[in-house]
Amino acid sequence: MLKFIEQPRYSCAIGAQQTIVAIKRGVPILHAGPGCSAKVSDIIGQGEGYAGGNNIPCTNTGEADVVYGGEERLRNVIDGALKVIDGDLYVVLTGCTSDIVGDDVGRVTAEYQQQGVPIVFAETGGFKSNNYVSHEVVVNAIIDQYVDINYKGEKVQKNLVNVFTTVPYQDPYWNGNLEELKRVLEGIGLKVNILFGNESNGVSEWKTIPQAEFNILAGAWSGLEIVKHLEEKYGTPYLHFPYLPIGGIETTKFLREVVEFGNLDKTKAENFIKSEEEKYYSFIERTADFMLEFRYGLPRRFYTILDATYSLGFSKFLLNELGIIPAKQFIVDDTPEIYRKQIEEKFLKISDFRTSTVSFSIDGGEIQKEIRQDQQKNRALILGSGWDRDLANDIKADLLIVSAPVTYRLILNCGYAGYRGGLRAIEDIYDRVLNTYR
Amino acid sequence: MSNINVKSPEVQVREVRLGSITGFEGTAEELVRCARAGNLQDKTRNFSQCMGCSSRTAFCQLSMIKDAVVVNHAPVGCSGDFFGFNFTYRVGQMERNLPPTIGRYFNTNIEEKDTIFGATQKLEATIREVYTRLKPNAVFITTSCASSIIGDDVESVANSLTDELGIPVVACFCEGFRSKIWTTGFDSAYHSIVRKIVKPPRKKSNKVNIINFWGSHIFDEILKPLGYEPNYIVPFSTIADLEYISEAAATIQICPTLGTYLGAALEEIYGVPEIKAPPAYGIAGTDNWMRELGKVLDRQEEIEKIIVKEHIRVIPILEEYREKLKGKTAYVTAGASHGHALISLLKELGLSVQGAAIFHHDPVYDNGKPDSDTLLHTINTYGDVHNYNVCNKQAFELVNILNRMRPDIMIARHGGMTLWGAKLGIPTLLIGDEQFGFGYQGVLNYAERILETLDNREFVSNLAKHSSMPYTKWWLEQNPFSFLGGNVHVEVY
Repeated sequence: MLKFIEQPRYSCAIGAQQTIVAIKRGVPILHAGPGCSAKVSDIIGQGEGYAGGNNIPCTNTGEADVVYGGEERLRNVIDGALKVIDGDLYVVLTGCTSDIVGDDVGRVTAEYQQQGVPIVFAETGGFKSNNYVSHEVVVNAIIDQYVDINYKGEKVQKNLVNVFTTVPYQDPYWNGNLEELKRVLEGIGLKVNILFGNESNGVSEWKTIPQAEFNILAGAWSGLEIVKHLEEKYGTPYLHFPYLPIGGIETTKFLREVVEFGNLDKTKAENFIKSEEEKYYSFIERTADFMLEFRYGLPRRFYTILDATYSLGFSKFLLNELGIIPAKQFIVDDTPEIYRKQIEEKFLKISDFRTSTVSFSIDGGEIQKEIRQDQQKNRALILGSGWDRDLANDIKADLLIVSAPVTYRLILNCGYAGYRGGLRAIEDIYDRVLNTYR
Repeated sequence: MSNINVKSPEVQVREVRLGSITGFEGTAEELVRCARAGNLQDKTRNFSQCMGCSSRTAFCQLSMIKDAVVVNHAPVGCSGDFFGFNFTYRVGQMERNLPPTIGRYFNTNIEEKDTIFGATQKLEATIREVYTRLKPNAVFITTSCASSIIGDDVESVANSLTDELGIPVVACFCEGFRSKIWTTGFDSAYHSIVRKIVKPPRKKSNKVNIINFWGSHIFDEILKPLGYEPNYIVPFSTIADLEYISEAAATIQICPTLGTYLGAALEEIYGVPEIKAPPAYGIAGTDNWMRELGKVLDRQEEIEKIIVKEHIRVIPILEEYREKLKGKTAYVTAGASHGHALISLLKELGLSVQGAAIFHHDPVYDNGKPDSDTLLHTINTYGDVHNYNVCNKQAFELVNILNRMRPDIMIARHGGMTLWGAKLGIPTLLIGDEQFGFGYQGVLNYAERILETLDNREFVSNLAKHSSMPYTKWWLEQNPFSFLGGNVHVEVY
């Protein structure tokens, strides 16, 4: 089967550089060709962060490195990076060039590790996988080569959890989402290692990963290899919630599953849920008349062209909380075959009354062609990427850009996860809808 | 020996073809002297930060040909630049009142198994499918580090599909590791166009080729009164437009760093004269360029009249600006030739240029003429530049330098550099439109923007107060060129 890509919406394995940029004071070091980092930043960048973008140390592989090997060059660049860039954790990532040529990057990195330098390496040559997969590879590399070395067998901390969810930067809303997930989990009585972004304590937090009582993965498949790895390594059990919880129903469901799994204080948790739901539904109730009465047309069907985690999360939210009916859903993250069936099943039970069909495709041009062929009987909402703008215009649909590349939006700390994220999603969707009236 | 060889599938990289370098520290005069004497030495950096690569610059030009598609033969990450260039393409359509069209770009998605078994079949199948879907007038294949190292024979695929589909299917070899000078990618794109798209002229036309990016169309105003018609290439051209650029009366380059190869190739192969004077930046530079234009287009008298008229219009206004900008200092970071142009502009406006970080240096352009040397021209016209640094976009050096120099303004041409001026509280200006500063009016345009930027300190002052610095204290105390060393002669580079 052909697997070419029109309109890429994610990066290759070396895209995991953004996973490192998302860690406080984390510094990627690339052993790769000269253009790799810039291309990653192009599609999933959105700002340099602390030491990302143009600051990323890189060997900029040249012809001589391909012919004679680039290990010496890598040593020089690591030496320089340690002196010049003020970081807490350095992560060496390989590109196509060094992986094909066969440089022994593990050996080079080990020399520094033996001197106590906080440095880790991972093989992320572009052809090896995409950044959904290499995110797992890199996080596991940090666990094995940094966290584990610093772990002195400290006891499990009661109620401490590690949270894994969407891939930072690949998810444009990653920082806002993590903030809200941390907030609601703390609300039910947990201590939370959120690991990335503003609400994390950076590497000191990573060091306590082995002490978690259990791990939480809120996501379809990317991240499963991390929580499984932690289970094998430290015996930490994990809860897999297979999509991003957005809005009242799903966030409550998510929290209750966590309470159940972690055997937490139910009264405390239910009190928090009650107060959050009260707030959340007060807004919905206050505006329900708008949704019921706005007579000039609101979206009545939706398409998602998103990764599995977002596609499921938003589909459930839009249907069950806003009453917008699913048309076809397209999952564009190149979901590995083994996970597809269970995702399809989730769509079959999208609500108590309804099923939805989903297809897996990485070919944006084909997806758009298929949507254009649908009969556009009523107003549609598309949750997609910057690539879908023409499609939305042509079929007169409303577009909310949720997936990379975003480009037509600027995102600071917006997030769609949780209770607050649900409200924000409603604001953003109807903001776009109302903006079409003059 | 000529550098233009359209029989070869690949263009020679600039390091080899022109002896270009990416590492130098000294004065501009020294650099030009060494380059002219033919003993330019390159320096390497022990430590380096990420740059750009040729596949991106090649794509920058090919992605905006209106009726062609680009197939990027690479792992998906190499297509990370697709959307950015599509965005630029769309903005350009808007400015030109063209109907909105999405760029049709494809990535062959090279995966691990392909690196073992080869990916040429995948490439062929992709092109066939793309052709069926879109019926383009040409397909360009851009290569990648991966496709090159695994040894895919892209040229054969291109040739056999050209026969099969009856349209040009053109391989553009632009893998990143081949060159440290990412402008080599422009040469790759142009090489693929000259080699497979351009046809011999049928007759001479009154068109003038303008090799440019996507800036404003300022040449309409210059050329139309002279009886010539501008033909902007390559973005927003069609394949049919490109077939007969061989018939043009002349070729203008908005920037010789960009167009050196195509300008020289069209002259050498098809006799289209290239305007060899450095581009028209600053008053003296513009006079010089206009006169050469007049010579080549046989419009010398008309040009002299324009020069007189423009001097009368522009110089009094310029004097006012110079008064306002007196005593101000500036630092420049940009690509090579455009960087030289910016230095000229700033000096024309009376600012003191404290230094410059320029991304590479071409000791000579493809036409081989010393008169085309833009840096030499800048020095001859406006004097030397001390602290002239050639660096391929190394932010750590720039931060260190700015932290010492603290100019009143930093002028940048490329993304990713302005932040460092701003974080240090230095007003920073980036202008995307390369034609904005061109010609007599360009000097005034720049002056106005510089004044606005100098006047607008609030944002940068506040940002500087609250920003963090990923560079160590140790580094900021070192000589900015501590990692630059080991003279390497370009021939063994």
